[in-house]
Amino acid sequence: MATATQVVEKENYLNVNYGIKSWLLTTDHKRIGLLYLFTITMFFFLGGFFALLIRLELLTPSGDMVQTDIYNRLFTMHGIVMIFLFLIPSIPAVFGNFFIPMMIGARDMAFPKINLLSWYLLLGGGALILYSIVTGGTDTGWTFYAPFSTQYSNSQVIAAALGIFVAGFSSILTGLNFIVTIHRMRAPGLTWVRLPLFIWSNYATAIIQVLGTPVLAITLALVFLERVFHIGFFNAQLGGDPLLFQHLFWFYSHPAVYIMILPSMGVISEVIPCFARKRIFGYAFVAMSSIAIAVFGFLVWAHHMFVSGMSVYAALVFSLLSYAVAVPSAVKVFNWTATMYKGSIHLRTPMLYALGFIGLFTMGGMTGLFLACLGIDVHVTDTYFVVAHFHYIMVGGAVMGYMAALHFWWPKITGKMYSEVWGKVAAVIIFLGFNLTFFPLFVAGYMGMPRRYHVYAPEFQVLNVFSTAGASILGIGYLLPLIYLFWSLRYGKPAGDNPWSAAGLEWTAASPPPTHNFEETPVVTWEAYNYHELPDMPEEDAGVSRI
Amino acid sequence: MSAESSHGSFIAGNLASSVSAHALQHQFADLEQQRESSTLGMWVFLITEVMFFGGMFAVYLINRALHPVAFLEASQHMLFWAGAVNTIVLICSSLFVALAVHAAQEGHRKQIVCFLLLALLLGLVFLGIKGYEYHGHWVEHKVPGPAFQFEGTDPIHSEVFFELYFVMTGFHALHMLIGVGLVAAIAWFAWRGHYTPAYHNAVDNVGLYWHFVDIIWIFLFPLLYLISHKHVP
Amino acid sequence: MAETIVRKRTYFVVWAILMVLTALTAAVSFVNLGQWNAPVALAIASGKAMLVALFFMHLRYEHSKIIWLWVLAGLFWLTILFFLSMTDFGTRQFLNVPGK
Repeated sequence: MATATQVVEKENYLNVNYGIKSWLLTTDHKRIGLLYLFTITMFFFLGGFFALLIRLELLTPSGDMVQTDIYNRLFTMHGIVMIFLFLIPSIPAVFGNFFIPMMIGARDMAFPKINLLSWYLLLGGGALILYSIVTGGTDTGWTFYAPFSTQYSNSQVIAAALGIFVAGFSSILTGLNFIVTIHRMRAPGLTWVRLPLFIWSNYATAIIQVLGTPVLAITLALVFLERVFHIGFFNAQLGGDPLLFQHLFWFYSHPAVYIMILPSMGVISEVIPCFARKRIFGYAFVAMSSIAIAVFGFLVWAHHMFVSGMSVYAALVFSLLSYAVAVPSAVKVFNWTATMYKGSIHLRTPMLYALGFIGLFTMGGMTGLFLACLGIDVHVTDTYFVVAHFHYIMVGGAVMGYMAALHFWWPKITGKMYSEVWGKVAAVIIFLGFNLTFFPLFVAGYMGMPRRYHVYAPEFQVLNVFSTAGASILGIGYLLPLIYLFWSLRYGKPAGDNPWSAAGLEWTAASPPPTHNFEETPVVTWEAYNYHELPDMPEEDAGVSRI
Repeated sequence: MSAESSHGSFIAGNLASSVSAHALQHQFADLEQQRESSTLGMWVFLITEVMFFGGMFAVYLINRALHPVAFLEASQHMLFWAGAVNTIVLICSSLFVALAVHAAQEGHRKQIVCFLLLALLLGLVFLGIKGYEYHGHWVEHKVPGPAFQFEGTDPIHSEVFFELYFVMTGFHALHMLIGVGLVAAIAWFAWRGHYTPAYHNAVDNVGLYWHFVDIIWIFLFPLLYLISHKHVP
Repeated sequence: MAETIVRKRTYFVVWAILMVLTALTAAVSFVNLGQWNAPVALAIASGKAMLVALFFMHLRYEHSKIIWLWVLAGLFWLTILFFLSMTDFGTRQFLNVPGK
């Protein structure tokens, strides 16, 4: 050991070895989490760039910025990049990979090499999708409906479909790894009911990833075969049925939205108890709701097809089931709110995001119920009402949850605290910018503005101008963390092991953790969220323990 | 799937304890936990394959339910004996794989290799018969596409049958090919003395994979070959 | 829990039953049972699949309830896919709308 008088940095997963190979060939789940963090951040800003172009075009009612064909490609690539390259991996691949082993007291995932393979598969899929973008993009919508995608589109459908196919296997392997890890690698004493709810959420997500994604894989393979070899499963002239494509596609793609929201819900279940200093209300209900969402989520897919020409009787069944799937989500919102009741609320940055999540997710979820009603859906389907609905869930919900996770666990991942002031400023800007962007779209959609058109009736312009203004503010909001988080790596205060005085095994390890996570395998004898036994959260800017 | 043991150098031969010591990966507490994890992982992977093939079976189910006559007529052009022999070939290969796993559990190195090679051989026989069938279909204009010809009540949907036939048996054959590769690989590792009674996860897992591919064929046979009671011999 | 070592005899018996069932399904397929050909063939196939899964794949000897849970989950999910899609395709003819 050094005998210098200055503080020697303890060995941790970041400084244990250096060099590009030690990162690109790592099997340490924490390093893999960071590799994912880097990758999906890039994809987020790429998808955001497409969003910027879309919102710029929609400032005026006429299609004066880009041609129709190009606009079709813009919204398609925005959807594909945001969904498959950002949202689906996001929380599980970054925070799930980093923290699941730590939360269960394990040294690594069950299959570390497969974990690394998952990352490379995401890169491979991303590369194919990038190739499709630079060679002209796809114009089918991220939903790839036949027969346009299989026969008539003159765009890079094959490259994009192949890219999603490959990225899908990344998702499947991540889910598989989580399932085996959570079943087999828990520390002694860590029964299922002592697990943090983040684990339950990621487990439920893994169920969906493992059971749903393969159906997307075969669907895209059939689209590929139809486009290349002109076989006719989805082609009415050749004896097929375009609705068959839609059934197979949505069988995955509806549960996929639960892949995108469940991990965020898991984050909220960690953040709220910590910043309310109180055990989660109704632990068992929240845990069971995660599983219920995963299961019920597979029963509702045809609510995306109500106006497609499907049987009305089937539509009735799916409408009813769609109402049922909202119940477990509502249970969670109730439990989070009840957790805060008579809690000791600390309005720090992660909590701001969590509170934003609860409000915005509730609005998005409620408007989902409006859409589940057949009568309303016929009126507002394929309008901006739907666009607003899913952005409230995906951005107001999932991305806010992601930001909450980033700000909650940043001290543990990097050992540094970020500027709390800037954290709060960014959170507020994001919340306000988000609402300004997407609330007008509910109104526009209800009034009849169709989606996926860049030319619209002049009476919608005011709403669109508000929306674009909001999008600019939202964009600034997302750029701020990029700056202050990077800044904190160099100049941030050392975080100490547990700056939030949070419950959970990950907070008992050092910040940043050593490669093997724990000096000794912990033996767990306490319940989750034991906040009544923990000291209160240190005040902001109080002296934190030095390394 | 986690069980490939190319961790640096290893001692060839059957010194059980030293091979086992190398075989334990760092994230596991003991070989038992590793084996249980490896087996669960393989089963979960097989369930993903069930859903992958399931999509194709769903397409089949829907099309057959809607166009039963077209499917019946199309299926009469399948080579019944080829399908039946292939079913028998695969079941026998599964027996050999099961016996190979048994040999691995008891540490009989040469038996593992023998049984695996027999299974591999039968796998190649299966692929050979499949290739023969595909050639036959090509010659008789039953390959979907511009060259397709079919005399029947509903030729358009009979062509859908053949599209399904080629897609389903094609993906199945692809999985067989991968299986053949995996069996060859573990036969090689078995020959090199890699596996002991305490550690033979790869043999177990490849076995599970092989049996799964067999199960898919067990369903493909009646669905594709046995629809009509009038068969081409 | 260590692995159970299944007796070789068991494998041979299962193999023999599988051979018999294959012969049975082939033979039955030459008989015209009308609408029952398909269910019978699928029942026999399911029986064969179960034998392979239970004995060759050691499910019968598997201590882990989790593996059983996942196998059953997979089968259940397959059922969801088949059944719920058929609610569409199977009920379209109930509508008295031309072309549907």
